Amino acid sequence: VGDYFLQQGTNALSAGSLYAMMAVGLALIFSILRLINFAHGDVMMIAVYLFVFAGFAGIPTLPALVIMLVGTILIGLTMERIAYRPLRGGPEVALLLSSFAVGQILQNSALLVSRLAGKPVQIAFPAPELLSGAISLGPLMVPKLNVASFVIGTVLLVLLTMFVTRTRLGLSMQAVAEDLPAARLMGIKVNRVVTVAFAIASGLAAVAGYLYASQAGQISPYLGFTPVLKAFIAAVIGGFGSLSGAVLGAYLLAFLEVIPTTFAGIADILPAGTVSPGVHDLLQQFLPSSLASYRDAFVFVFLILMLLFRPNGILRGRAREETP
Amino acid sequence: MRPDRRLVAGVLMIAALALVIGLVQESGSAVWESRMVLLGIFVILTVSLNLVSGFTGLFSLGHIGFMALGVYISAILTLSLEKKASLLPKLPGWLEGFSLSQMVGPIPLGWLLATLIAGVLVALIALAVGAVIMRLSGNFVAVATLGFLVIVRVILINADSFTRGSRTFSGVTPFTDMWWAWGWAVITIYVAWRIKRSPWGRQMLAQRADKWAAQSVGIPILRPRLLAFVVSAFFGAVAGSLYAHFIPAFSPSVFYFDITFEVITMLVVGGLGSVTGSVLGAIVIVALSEGLREVEDRSQLYGISGLTLGVFFLAIIIFRPDGIMGQRELSLDGLRRRLPRRSDVGEGWTTPPVDDSTLPDDPNAPDDPV
Repeated sequence: VGDYFLQQGTNALSAGSLYAMMAVGLALIFSILRLINFAHGDVMMIAVYLFVFAGFAGIPTLPALVIMLVGTILIGLTMERIAYRPLRGGPEVALLLSSFAVGQILQNSALLVSRLAGKPVQIAFPAPELLSGAISLGPLMVPKLNVASFVIGTVLLVLLTMFVTRTRLGLSMQAVAEDLPAARLMGIKVNRVVTVAFAIASGLAAVAGYLYASQAGQISPYLGFTPVLKAFIAAVIGGFGSLSGAVLGAYLLAFLEVIPTTFAGIADILPAGTVSPGVHDLLQQFLPSSLASYRDAFVFVFLILMLLFRPNGILRGRAREETP
Repeated sequence: MRPDRRLVAGVLMIAALALVIGLVQESGSAVWESRMVLLGIFVILTVSLNLVSGFTGLFSLGHIGFMALGVYISAILTLSLEKKASLLPKLPGWLEGFSLSQMVGPIPLGWLLATLIAGVLVALIALAVGAVIMRLSGNFVAVATLGFLVIVRVILINADSFTRGSRTFSGVTPFTDMWWAWGWAVITIYVAWRIKRSPWGRQMLAQRADKWAAQSVGIPILRPRLLAFVVSAFFGAVAGSLYAHFIPAFSPSVFYFDITFEVITMLVVGGLGSVTGSVLGAIVIVALSEGLREVEDRSQLYGISGLTLGVFFLAIIIFRPDGIMGQRELSLDGLRRRLPRRSDVGEGWTTPPVDDSTLPDDPNAPDDPV
């Protein structure tokens, strides 16, 4: 039973790393533009499609990965130029709506391109050989993909932290997030900062997309929807706009998510004799395995409660003039 | 504007509408009939979403969640006894034994009752949900209401014994025709228009224009928001009931993000805050997407219609953020004074003139909303 919990724990760590890569991108863009970028999941989806279609064109894996990364960043920057820059400084809701439109455009482009190329809506996405299989860690068998997600996620987030805190550009990013007009008066080139933020967010989304698709095994134009929802929740838990908060929120969410899966139906997993029959029946009654399928509902109830009681996140960032 | 003139305008519009419906019915074209019904349902959805997103400025993404609840509640209530036994064998006893499909002459009175029950139940749910979500502000309402949409979907998929889970739900009697759809649409439009002209409506529009200014002169924030949310949910459920008794088979996946996006497009194209704008927006987008779907079916290039609608929506947001109507309404006087010029729509119109004789003395005004 102990191993079972550990196993769920490693799953959570791996999922948390994926959520963190997405949530940091959302938080980065939000902190600078006050834009909740609903299209972020679709940027992730486009990355996977770039990789897959590069493969169809006969390009080997490594260059295809480069194409994926560079292409996604370019798409992210184009999106910012066309859909977000003209609306900067306008009402928040205009930016939000614009990101819906961008998401719609990206999804349908992927659909259309698949159609033109004669591919089905669902395309198989086998995990690369290097990352398939599992390695044993003590008593546990951990899929290599999970290890890779965790390692890659951690490395990228450490690099991002160093960039934000140690470089001139990173510091100016923080300045713009804190107070855009003041930063501009100090001579910071806001457009450049915004461009870099979108490049970073899109790059992270591309990496997350690759890992996510490898785990899922197949892709569709709608694959970005669930991850971006999870990233929203992670960002909200951490206080929208805080990078470290988003990372913390992502791991917290991942652990929160395995709780229903772990404990629902626990009565069936416990070896006979560990608990008295009375407790066993109680567990079976109140934590049936069917509870696990309500996981997303629990998570979103938690999200709404977070927004209500801790709108600035669990880290209690600087007070924002929100709530009426 | 004198009231008699408004009455004339209303009667004229309803007469014109009845004429159109009568003509379509005469033509006997099933395709056009179903287009008219669909348009009516979308008008209800858009106008009722406008109550929240347009009037108070809080962007709700959960409207289709209310619709979905309306769909399932009313469908379960009107399903015939035999169908209940075969489709929903695990339904609890108190729901199993009756079916609201009674007809009084040609009128499906049972269904009307089921629609009202669905509307009231959903409105109560909205009251509970809104009491929490309406305290949030700005973009966070969008995230929270999106959460509500996901929660509704998860529940519908998992409440197997009521909804058949993710399998299709069929066998609902197709009561909905053009008269029912547009009858409800006219009621929705009338209610929204009355709310807009009432002190409540002014309070909603005032907080959208400037929440802090509104609050500092004593305009309540929370209660008008809740009113908008609850009324909007009621009509969302009504639209759901119409939809359930129109489409022969449906499943929870129908009531999700695609249709949410479609209704939001109609709303923004029509103009946030304009009731007649919502009607126009629904007409424009339904026409556009029906046309595009035709192209799509012929060329087999799936994605073309969604792509075009997305680009169209983006262009509207960037180049004409006020949509067709801004916050104004189509009226006989306005028509006489020529159709809207662009310069009329700008900033000046986003703040409606506040009639100070109604606001501070409003007996319903709570002292402090927070």
